[in-house]
Formats: sequence, C-alpha cells, structure tokens
Amino acid sequence: MIPELFPQGYLHYLAGGLLIGSAVGLLFLLTGLIGGMSSVFTTTWSYFSRASYFRSERSLRSRDWRLVYAGGLIVGALVYLGMSGESFQTGVSARRLLTGGFLIGFGARLGNGCTAGHGICGLASLQLPSLLAVIIFLSMAIGVAHFMRWLEVA
Amino acid sequence: MRPFFYLAVLVSGALFGYGLSVATMVRPEVVLDFLLFRDLGLLLVLGGAMGMALIAYQLGPRLMQSPLLADHFYVHYAKLDARTLIGAAIFGVGWGLSGVCPGPAIAGLGVGNWPMLYALSGIALGAYVQGRWFPPR
Repeated sequence: MIPELFPQGYLHYLAGGLLIGSAVGLLFLLTGLIGGMSSVFTTTWSYFSRASYFRSERSLRSRDWRLVYAGGLIVGALVYLGMSGESFQTGVSARRLLTGGFLIGFGARLGNGCTAGHGICGLASLQLPSLLAVIIFLSMAIGVAHFMRWLEVA
Repeated sequence: MRPFFYLAVLVSGALFGYGLSVATMVRPEVVLDFLLFRDLGLLLVLGGAMGMALIAYQLGPRLMQSPLLADHFYVHYAKLDARTLIGAAIFGVGWGLSGVCPGPAIAGLGVGNWPMLYALSGIALGAYVQGRWFPPR
C-alpha cells in the first residue's frame, strides 16, 4: 500500500514539509510576518512601475522584506545543492512553463494567495476562504493535469 | 534592529528554500505526478508544513506579547469573494499545466533548474497584468 502511494519513499516529503512549516513559523515568531510567496511578484513591480496598485502603501512597506525572503529561497536551495550535489533541470516544455506561469501569476494575485499563502499560511490561520481556495485550485490542477495527460496519450 | 530583522527574513527564506529542495518540490515532474495520483508525497509536504505553521500561528500570539524583532504579529486575512475563488481557479489551471507554483519557481534557480526562468517570467507578467488592469476596487 505505502510503496504504491509513495513510489519515491515518503520521509523526504515529510521532512521537507516540516522544514517549510518551520520556516513560516520562524518568520512569524521573529518578525510577525505572514510568509506567502506570490506577493513578491506584485510588490517588486513597484521598483519599476508607477501604476498606483504597485505603489500602494502596503506594497511599498513590504517590498523589501519580500525580496529578501525570495532571495533566501534561492540561498536555501543553493545550500541543498552544495550539500547533496543534486542539481535538476525540468523536462516540462518552455511553452507550458510560460503559459502556466502567466496563469499562476495572474490567478494567485487576483485571489491573493498561492499554495504557500492560502495552502500553508491561510490554513494555519484557520481561514475558511483559504480552505475553499485550496480545494478549488487543487481540483482545477488535478483536472488540467489529467486533461493534458489525456491529450498526450490520445 | 533592522539588520537583525532582515537577517531573520533571509534565514527563514533559506529554510523554506532548503525544505522545498528536500521535498523535491523544485521538480515540476514530482508535482505533476501528484496531480496525476501517481505519488501522493505532496500531501505530506503540505500537511507537514501546515502543521508546523499552525503551531506557530496559534501559539505565538498567545504566549508572546510581540514577535522577537518587531512590534506586532500580522494577521492573515482572506476574503470570501469572487476574486478569491476565480483567482484560485485560474491559479489551479496554471499549476496543473506546469507543475510549478511561486515558491518552487524561485527556489528552483538555486538547484540549477534554469527552465524555471520561463515560469518566473510568466508569473511576473501575470502579476503585472493583474496589478495594472485588474486591481481591487
């Protein structure tokens, strides 16, 4: 049963998840900040764009720490690469990454959260709208992944 | 005070990125395998992360007057409105198409996953279009 559900093993998934949750918890206990990941793609535009939404007080106030947080993400992955030597390049096509990326950026910002913002921070804050968002994006993603798989096979 | 504040943010981000790498979430193939029900590992990642964050979010403000390096705890608020639900649906389509979400797209660069630059460009562009032409009223 277990090997079928987790063909790559399950410990690294659990360990990674606990590390990610510890990171979000640590950020909160030290700085009080809610560590979602999609907002940085909005607030960083405020360095370049004069559009009012990007230059809102809330955006300007959080843009620096969000950029540092994103930089930390790369540093952490680099540390992992240094320790394990496991680099990885995806085989998913550029077209799927680009169009998928566009929908991810647009949708996450319209709905004010992604897998981290709604999935981790929102659920940990016991927010009902976040639970609904998670159920919706999981269902859509499962549907689309199966549809794409069907297109490839057909 | 400020240097420690930003150091704390950097260290938290690094721990997040390290965790994403350990959990192999920087590999879109693993995420797509989950969405196709071939490997349920992502549930453990989300569950583990949510559990740890839940402890910090629920106990922190009860046990501490303020965070160690700032004067108050922020509160995560999500509105139950059409924007949240439609946004989540669009996000889900992109996630299912690419196997990528914002955190792993950024962290992927650290493990040399260069094709993630396509995803990052797309995300940045999508966020721009949202903020420029579809901001909340």
